[in-house]
Amino acid sequence: MDTAVTAQKKWWSGGHSPFNLSYGKLMMWYFLMSDAFTFGALLISYGTIRFMSTSWPDPNEVFHSFPFVSHEAHLPLVFVSLMTFILIMSSVTMVLAVHAGHQRNRKDVVKWMIWTIIGGAAFLSCQAWEWMHLHELGAWWGRNPFANVDGTVASTNFTNFFFTITGFHGLHVTSGVILNIIILANVLKGTYEDRGHYEMVEKVGLYWHFVDLVWVFVFTCFYLL
Amino acid sequence: MEHTHTGVAHEQHGHDASTKGIWKTFWILLAITIFEVGLAFLHLETGIPPKLLLNSVFIGLTLLKAFFIVAEFMHLRNEIRNLIMTILVPLLLFIWFIIAFLADGDSWKKMRKDLSPGTPAPAVHVVNEEAHH
Repeated sequence: MDTAVTAQKKWWSGGHSPFNLSYGKLMMWYFLMSDAFTFGALLISYGTIRFMSTSWPDPNEVFHSFPFVSHEAHLPLVFVSLMTFILIMSSVTMVLAVHAGHQRNRKDVVKWMIWTIIGGAAFLSCQAWEWMHLHELGAWWGRNPFANVDGTVASTNFTNFFFTITGFHGLHVTSGVILNIIILANVLKGTYEDRGHYEMVEKVGLYWHFVDLVWVFVFTCFYLL
Repeated sequence: MEHTHTGVAHEQHGHDASTKGIWKTFWILLAITIFEVGLAFLHLETGIPPKLLLNSVFIGLTLLKAFFIVAEFMHLRNEIRNLIMTILVPLLLFIWFIIAFLADGDSWKKMRKDLSPGTPAPAVHVVNEEAHH
C-alpha cells in the first residue's frame, strides 16, 4: 500500500500483487467483506420484519437506563452514546498502534494495544450491563415485556433481533479482544521485531475497525431509527 | 513479491501529520455522533424534525461515519484503485438487498391488511382501551 504508484505501472501483467497488498491483508479484507454480508443479512432481516410489523417498541422507552442511576430516570441514548464513544476511542488507539508499528516503535505499539484492549473490555462490560438490565426487566430471546409505540402488545421479534444482533456483534468484539491480546503477547515477545515488520498489528487492526464499523450500523438501526 | 513492504523506510517523515489525521478523524466521528444524539433529543422534546426526515438524516450520517472509518482508520483511501474496487463493488449488492427485502416486508404487511383482514391479530391494548365500538 505504501509503494509509489506510477500511472504507467501494469498491475495485471504479473510479477507483483495487482492489489499492492500482502496475501494476509488481502484475505483479511475479503473475510471482512463476507462478514459485512453476514451482518448485513442480519440487519436487513431485522428491517424486513420491522417493515412488516404494524407497530414496534420505541427504543427511547426501552433503552433509557444508566448504571448506578435510579431506574426511574429517563435517560434515552445516554448509555449507548457512551458505548459508541468507547468503541470509537478504542479504534483510535488501534490506529495509533498500527502507526507505531510502521515506525517500529515497539514501546508505543505495546502502549496503544493495551489501551485498545482496555477499550474493548470496557465496551463488553457496558454491553454485559445492558443485557443484564434488560434481562431483569424480563426481556430475553422469546420474551418481550416492552409494548409497541401505539400501546399494543409487541411480538418477541424486537427482543429476538436485539439480542441476536448485539450478541453477534459482542461475540466479534470478544474475539477481537482475544486476538488483540494474542498480538500484544507476540509484540512483547519480540516476534514482530524479529520478523522485521508489524503487519500482524495491521491485520488485527483491520478486524478491530470493522467491529467498530458494524457498531455504527447497529447503533443507528436499534437505537436511533 | 515486491508488495512485502515492511514499513521501515517510509513514514519516518510526516509522523506528526499522520497522527494529526488520525485525531482529526476521531473528532469528526465524535462530532457526527454527538450531532445525531442531539438531533434525537431535539426530536424527542419538540417533535421536529419529522420522523422521516430524521431517519434519512440518521442513515446519511451513518454512511458518512462508515466512510470515515473505512477510508481513514482502515486506510482504504490510501490503497490502490484495484483494491478499493475489489472491496467496494461487491458491496453494491447491498443496495438491491435493502430495497428488495424492505419492499417485501412492506408488501407483506399490506397483503395481510388487505387480503386477510384481522391479521395480525387485533391489537390488545395495554395502555388504554381502543374506542372502536
